[in-house]
Amino acid sequence: MITIKDIEKSFGDSKVLKGISTVFETGKTNLIIGQSGSGKTVLLKSLLGIHTPDKGTISFDGRIYSELKDDERRELRTEIGMVFQGGALFDSMTVEENVGFPLKMFTNKSEAEIKDRVNFVINRVQLVNANLKKPSEISGGMQKRVAIARAIVNNPKYLFCDEPNSGLDPKTAIVIDNLIQEITAEYDITTVINTHDMNSVMEIGEKIIFLKEGILAWEGSKKDIFKTDNEAIIDFVYSSNLFKKIRKAQNKEE
Amino acid sequence: MLIRYLSQIGKYFLMIREVFKKPTKWSAMRVLIFKEIDDLIIGSLGIVAFISFFVGGVVSIQTALNLTNPLIPKYLIGFATRQSVILEFAPTFISIIMAGKMGSFITSSIGSMRVTEQIDALEVMGVNSLNYLVFPKLIALLLYPFVIGISMFLGILGGWMAGVYGGFTSSDEFIQGLQTEFIPFHIAYAFIKTILFALLLATIPSFHGYYMKGGALEVGKASTVAFVWTSVAIILTNYILTQLLLSK
Repeated sequence: MITIKDIEKSFGDSKVLKGISTVFETGKTNLIIGQSGSGKTVLLKSLLGIHTPDKGTISFDGRIYSELKDDERRELRTEIGMVFQGGALFDSMTVEENVGFPLKMFTNKSEAEIKDRVNFVINRVQLVNANLKKPSEISGGMQKRVAIARAIVNNPKYLFCDEPNSGLDPKTAIVIDNLIQEITAEYDITTVINTHDMNSVMEIGEKIIFLKEGILAWEGSKKDIFKTDNEAIIDFVYSSNLFKKIRKAQNKEE
Repeated sequence: MLIRYLSQIGKYFLMIREVFKKPTKWSAMRVLIFKEIDDLIIGSLGIVAFISFFVGGVVSIQTALNLTNPLIPKYLIGFATRQSVILEFAPTFISIIMAGKMGSFITSSIGSMRVTEQIDALEVMGVNSLNYLVFPKLIALLLYPFVIGISMFLGILGGWMAGVYGGFTSSDEFIQGLQTEFIPFHIAYAFIKTILFALLLATIPSFHGYYMKGGALEVGKASTVAFVWTSVAIILTNYILTQLLLSK
């Protein structure tokens, strides 16, 4: 579980996060949604320790990040898996080497043990015949699977995904979404996904927080979205014609 | 402007301090070092050999063509070639060429990793990305003096071949010139310079790649800026070291 209390972050005169508090629950897919410039990425990078908040605390199962010593932070980071927007796979390494990288760096496993674990997670994300290929030789969807495999190979407690569906066709996007949700439940990890893809929200949004201009404007689950009368989230979600029609149909049914 | 340059210089030295903090696991580092030796040292030998051989030859021919006075002994061709190649051409000018070749490779490879979030990925995993990326380059470039040693040898060999087979001097005269007033400290001076240039070659392009912002276009710009600043640093260091080590 990740608990955020009154997080504030500014860059120069621009205040990007304005006192955000929420809880990201374990075993659930927690989604951060909002328009471009709403502070989603800054919030995610603050959770990852890439940005240091000006005010407020972030605690990982009771461990307050800002109060941890350097070696404790390093230890915590080994419990984090991250799927970057573009995959961030290491170009010079094969798929197998990319996936095995965290194990080589942070465990004392033998080569054989690493190979076994790598093959296991590669199978888990349903990657076929790609072990010895370089990232540039595989498709965008496969790159995302490799990124997920690398993120989960060291049994993380926390999984962060930044726009995991960007650049993917709708069908592959759903497969990736479902894969993340299955892995979250299977390994009982706290997953936080940064997205503006409404299909993902409706597919896997077990807990959703909606940011607007650096403020937490709404939180709930995918079911709550249809019932809410919060204008900010309605404006955001129903900016798509498809969702406008769904809402109209649902309202008619009721 | 001055404040900006000073802050960049400060940031550069802070980066160097970070490079030595929180070392990467040795089994992974060893592989990285061998890879960098292959990319930076072995990969540079061909161009260094080619340039050194022919520039050595040109120095020899130019010296011969300028010795119009019959009273000046022919062995000066060997002497001038040796002095030019050992003191300046091999350590300094090869290093400037390497600032272009190795430097742009280092900046663009690290810069591309920055653009594609690979550096962020390393940091999020808990890897000290500066140690992971820059330290192996520093260690690999400890072999740079061997490259310069090869450059010296081939430069003089090129000078000898051009002088002798071009009919400008005899082999005996050229070798006599090579041995005339030989000061062993000049070799030490050349290698002291080379070691410092190696440190600059590893770190300045890394700095420009690591801290670059933007996209693919900026990677190209960072490579150019890195080449310019590495060359400036090499020239200034060369001047200071020459003043310190050779002036009496």
